[in-house]
Amino acid sequence: MHIKQEIAERHVLTLTVDNEAGTLARIAGMFTSRGYNIDSLTVADITEDHSVSRITIVTKGPPEVIDQIIAQCERLIPVHKVTDLTDAGPHVERELALVKVSGAGDKRVEAMRLADIYRARVIDATVSSFIFEITGGPDKIDTFVQLMRELGLVEVGRTGIVGLMRGAEAS
Amino acid sequence: MAEKSGAEILIDSLLAQGVDTVFGYPGGAVLPIYDTLFQHPKIRHVLVRHEAGAAHAAEGYARSTGKPGVVLVTSGPGATNAVTGIADAFLDSIPMVVITGQVATNLIGSDAFQEADTIGITRHCTKHNYLVKDPSELAAVVTEAFHIATQGRPGPVVIDIPKNVQVASTEYDRHGTNSSKRYAPAGDADFAAITKAVELLATAKSPILYTGGGIINAGPDASKALRELAALSGAPVTSTLMGLGAFPAESDQWLGMLGMHGTYEANMAMNQCDVMLCLGARFDDRVTGRLDAFSPNSIKVHVDIDRSSINKTVHVDLPIVADVGKAIRQMISVWNSRKLQAAKLDEWWSRIKGWRSVGSLNYPENKSEIMPQFAIERLYALTKDKAPIITTEVGQHQMWAAQHFHFDEPNKWLTSGGLGTMGYGLPAAIGAQMGNPDALVIDIAGEASIQMNIQEMGTASQYRLPVKVFILNNEWMGMVRQWQQLTYESRYSNSYSDSLPDFVALAEAYGWKGIRCDDPAKLDDAIAEMIAYDGPVMFDCRVTKEANCFPMIPSGAAHTEMILHSDEVSGTMDDEAKALV
Repeated sequence: MHIKQEIAERHVLTLTVDNEAGTLARIAGMFTSRGYNIDSLTVADITEDHSVSRITIVTKGPPEVIDQIIAQCERLIPVHKVTDLTDAGPHVERELALVKVSGAGDKRVEAMRLADIYRARVIDATVSSFIFEITGGPDKIDTFVQLMRELGLVEVGRTGIVGLMRGAEAS
Repeated sequence: MAEKSGAEILIDSLLAQGVDTVFGYPGGAVLPIYDTLFQHPKIRHVLVRHEAGAAHAAEGYARSTGKPGVVLVTSGPGATNAVTGIADAFLDSIPMVVITGQVATNLIGSDAFQEADTIGITRHCTKHNYLVKDPSELAAVVTEAFHIATQGRPGPVVIDIPKNVQVASTEYDRHGTNSSKRYAPAGDADFAAITKAVELLATAKSPILYTGGGIINAGPDASKALRELAALSGAPVTSTLMGLGAFPAESDQWLGMLGMHGTYEANMAMNQCDVMLCLGARFDDRVTGRLDAFSPNSIKVHVDIDRSSINKTVHVDLPIVADVGKAIRQMISVWNSRKLQAAKLDEWWSRIKGWRSVGSLNYPENKSEIMPQFAIERLYALTKDKAPIITTEVGQHQMWAAQHFHFDEPNKWLTSGGLGTMGYGLPAAIGAQMGNPDALVIDIAGEASIQMNIQEMGTASQYRLPVKVFILNNEWMGMVRQWQQLTYESRYSNSYSDSLPDFVALAEAYGWKGIRCDDPAKLDDAIAEMIAYDGPVMFDCRVTKEANCFPMIPSGAAHTEMILHSDEVSGTMDDEAKALV
C-alpha cells in the first residue's frame, strides 16, 4: 500500500481576529492538528485601539478541504470573519522582500540594472554588497530572487503576502 | 465597590451561573480556591480519586442533566490527567467548564513545580480556553466560558488561573459583569432551505431520518419534535450511538442503531434510501463505512449547528446550519401549514420488513454459559420500568449495550462515542448519580475497561452513591480480540485480561456489595439482587469468552457488506482496510 497524494489549489484567506494572547497559536495550531498546509502567514493589528488583527494565510488544498479550512477557522472563538480572496473575485496581493546580494564588477552592475527593471530599491550598500527592497506579487519576487541567485545572492527575507479585494467594499 | 480575591470572584461567578456541583481534586495551585469553596457550602464538591475521573464525572453529570459539568483541578498533573476527559467532551460535544490552577504568573515558563502549559495542551481539545492573568478579568471570563460551553455546539472550555491571580484582589460586583457578545451561534434555520427539506421528505419514496447526539444536545423538546416529524412523515428512524434515546426504541418506525455495529435494516435502509435527512449527526467514519459506497443514490439534507460538520466527509445536497430542535419545529410548521400528507411508503416499509426479518441481532442460544447479549437483554427487561441511566465503558460490551438495551427517552444513555475512552463509564455513572440522586444508574462495563478508572469506586463509597457496575467479564479486551480474529488470523497479541482482580472481593474492600454470576438460569435473580440493594454494587457477570459482536461492517467496507455471523469471517484483510481505524 502507498500513501495517495491529492491535487491542491492555492487559496489566499484573510481573517479578522481578536488581537489577544494565543490567537495566532490557535489558528496555526488548528492548521497543523488537522493536517492543513500553510504556505505563508502574515499578521498585524489593524485598528486604532489594537484590538483587531488581520491575518493573511496562503494555503493549498482541494476545494472541499479549503471549504473545511474556512469552516474550521470560523469555528474558533476569536475569529470574526474569514474571506477567501481567491474565491471572492478580483483582489490584489502584495509581498515585500529584502534581498542581499554581494559581488563585484559586472555582476554588481548587472544586479543594479535588474533591480532597476524590477523597481527594487537599494536600502543598504557597501562596496561589495547591496540590500534591495522589492514589493510585488509572489511571482515577481520569485523571479527577482531567482535572477539574483546567479549574481551573488546572500540571503532573502520575505514578509509573506497581504491581500485585499479590489473595489470600494471591505473584504 | 467591595474588593474580592480572585478565588472569591471565581466562586461567586460559578454561583451566578447556577453551579451547584463541582467535580475536583485539590493541589498546590488551587489551594486558594479550595479555601474559598470551604466557606461556600452551596456548592457541593465531589472529591474524585483521579482527575480523569473528575472530567468524566462532569461529562456524566452534564449528559444526564443537560446542565454544564464543572471540574476543578490543580496545575501540571492535575490538568494533564483531566485532558482525556476534556478531549472526550470535545468529540462528543458535552458542555463542560474546567477550572485549572496554574503556577503564579511570574513563574510561568520557568519550569516551576507542577507547571504545565495547560492552555497549549488543551488548545485543540477545547472549544475555547483562557489563561486569566488578572482577577479583574475573571468574572467576564467565567460568564463567557459558560456561554461558549453551553451555546451552539456544546463543548469543553478550560479556564487556567494562576495561583497569584486567585489570591490578588480587585473591585467586584456580580451585577456589573459585562459579558462579551462575540460568540453567537446559529439559531433558526433558513426558511427556504427548511421548505425545500420538507418538500423532499414529503415526496420521497424511501426516506430515512438519520439522527445523532445533536438532538439530545438541543434539549428535550428536540426529541419531542423528532417524534412529531417522524409521525407526520411516516419515515423510518435510525440513530448514531450518541443519539440513542432521542427517538423511542419501542416505536414501529425505529430501525435501531446504524453504523459499524448497527442493525442490518438500519444500514440497508441508509444505503437504499432516496432522501436522507441527517439531523444533528456528523457522518462519522463509524457510521458511513466506505465513503464512496455510502448511500449512493440519496439526496442528502444535513441539519447541524456547526458549519464545519457540513461537507466534512460526505457531500450533502441541502445543508442547513441551525439548532436542530428549532429546525425540526420549523419543518413541522411548514408541513402543517401546507397540510401535507405523508407519501405512501408501503413499498419502502415492506423492503425494510424484509431486512428486519434477517434478525441481525440474533445470537446463538447457550444454556450452560451466559451469552453477553443475553445478559444485556435480561438487564434491560428487569430494569426498564425504572427508566435507568446507562453508562458504558468502551468495547464489545458498549456495542452490545447499544444493540440490546433499548432507550425511549433522551439523556439516559451516556457513552464515550467519539473519543472511545475506556474508563469513562464508572466516573460518568458517578456524575449522573450526583445529578439524578433517585435514578437507577448502571455502568455496563467490560473487565478490562473498568480497571482504567476503578479507583473511582472510592468516590461512590464516600458520597454513598448507589451506582451499579455490571461487568461483562469475558477475560478479554473483547473488541481488540475480535479485530485480531477478523484481521490478524487470531494472533491475540496482548489482548488477554490476565491477572484480573477478584471483583467481588474488590467491591467488598471498598464497602460495596459484590455479586458474581456465571449461570444463565440464576442471572435474573442475581440482577434482581443488584437492583434491590440500596448502595453501590459491582456485578461480575461471567460471560462466554469468545463471543463476537455482530453485525459488523468491517473497516473499509460498505453498508451492504455487513458480516452477520462468525462463519462469514475470513481472518485476513488487505492493507488498505488494515490502515483504517
